[in-house]
Amino acid sequence: MIILEMDKISQEFGGLRALDNVSLKINEQEIFGIIGPNGAGKTTLFNIITGIYVPIEGDLLFKGQRINGTAPYDIARMGIARTFQNIRLFDKLSVLDNVRIGCHGVTHSGFWASVLGLPISRKEEVFILDRAEKLLQLIGLYEKRYEYANNLAYGEQRRLEIARALALEPSLVLLDEPGAGMNPQEKEELMKLIRQIRDDLHLTIVLVEHDMNLVMNICERIAVLNYGRKIADGTPAKVKNDPQVIQSYLGAGA
Amino acid sequence: MDAFIAQYIDAYYLRIMIFIGINIIMALGLNLITGVTGQLSMGHAGFMSLGAYTAAIISLHYDAPFFLAILAGAAMAASFGFIIGIPTLRLDGDDLAMVTIGFAEIIRVFFLNFEPGGKAVGLSGIPQYTDFATVWLIVIVVIILNAKLLYSRVGRSLFAIRENEIAAQSCGINTTRMKILAFTVGSFLGGLGGGLYAHYMYYINPQDFGFMKSIEILNMVVLGGMGSIPGTVLGAVILTLAPEMLRIVAEYRLLFYGGMLVILMIFRPNGLLGDVRIYDLKKRWGKKR
Repeated sequence: MIILEMDKISQEFGGLRALDNVSLKINEQEIFGIIGPNGAGKTTLFNIITGIYVPIEGDLLFKGQRINGTAPYDIARMGIARTFQNIRLFDKLSVLDNVRIGCHGVTHSGFWASVLGLPISRKEEVFILDRAEKLLQLIGLYEKRYEYANNLAYGEQRRLEIARALALEPSLVLLDEPGAGMNPQEKEELMKLIRQIRDDLHLTIVLVEHDMNLVMNICERIAVLNYGRKIADGTPAKVKNDPQVIQSYLGAGA
Repeated sequence: MDAFIAQYIDAYYLRIMIFIGINIIMALGLNLITGVTGQLSMGHAGFMSLGAYTAAIISLHYDAPFFLAILAGAAMAASFGFIIGIPTLRLDGDDLAMVTIGFAEIIRVFFLNFEPGGKAVGLSGIPQYTDFATVWLIVIVVIILNAKLLYSRVGRSLFAIRENEIAAQSCGINTTRMKILAFTVGSFLGGLGGGLYAHYMYYINPQDFGFMKSIEILNMVVLGGMGSIPGTVLGAVILTLAPEMLRIVAEYRLLFYGGMLVILMIFRPNGLLGDVRIYDLKKRWGKKR
């Protein structure tokens, strides 16, 4: 089953063609990697999928439904969660609150319910707290739940972003360079974590990453972007041996 | 109630305490907009004057019960907060600050030319319904409801907008709607304070609600601590008391007042109790033991 389909997506920024006719199909419960040199349009692609940009051409289908032009918060509520390349946590809030805010899209109590402490709001608070604590245990940050998010180490911040994304009960998670700034051991744990959340929560995961070892190890399929164009896609073995990919990205020695 | 209190407290101190209460209510409103949601609003006096004039005119001309008059004033301010919110909240930072200054000036100039409001002469003979007990009862209710709001799903999403708007959207938060909500509730409290003020002063005129008044309320939030209820309350208390305490230095009063702000901002840039939340402290200490 295809969960996300991009059909000839193009995007321009002031005459610069950031994405050019990119088509991709991502299967349900797949770990999909997007690689390419800097400025290839990987993050732009994520920003289009999450509704931050509206593509100038092409269609974006999530579970068969056209979603280009949908507001970012509505896309989040439909079940597409993400992390950011330059970490975007709620710095001056506790680790726990960061994940609790992640539950926003799956809860409903409004202003009056909150102010008056109506039963629906109290019931949801119990649910939110429970969910946030479970996710923090999963991600290994439970002990630090009362710390400010910006007091965490870099690798912990990246993991916290993943926990916050998972709080949304997504069916598709986009990870933008999840391994950036991590040491080899942390990356090893990250790979385990990504596999674990895919298997346990039955999620589809799309990730952008520069670490070839990480990508080749966990991704089942990979797409390669270069100057906004998709130059190859397929299994890691196939992509690794594609002459065009070797020339433009991996380099002759790889 | 007030006659009882007056037996024990000097009328001068009673008056200051009433002003403290009114300022707490208005500052908590601004805290919601600027401290919690991070939207720099420099026109809170505009909402205060809408509340003050609306409540005063209703009391004077329609002889309505006091609580109805101040509620109407607050509702008037809230509806302006809402209406102005829609187009302006697409802006942020400096741009929003400029728009809110402009808005407050428009309101001030409007009342300067508003016949039923007495134009530049102002409105006088407003019945003095506001008393110590009423003000502080409202203060307590506002603090409790405010605290409930901040520790709820909606309150957390307001903090999220302040911290990182794009990340907030990625969590499913409709940021525009939440900002309008903060603006509406915040201006409601501004208008509520204005109504109470008008019914304590007997007399109001447009100059009471100028730019300096907006800055004074903003100072309370910034000095006390952005986003913190105890901080905002402390800020309102200190900045209401300061001009009174500084009477001893006579003509140097404003010099000391300004100096105090500068020193505080150097040593506590996040405000006295920046982001301190009683609820969090309780929890942290409770769990550690």
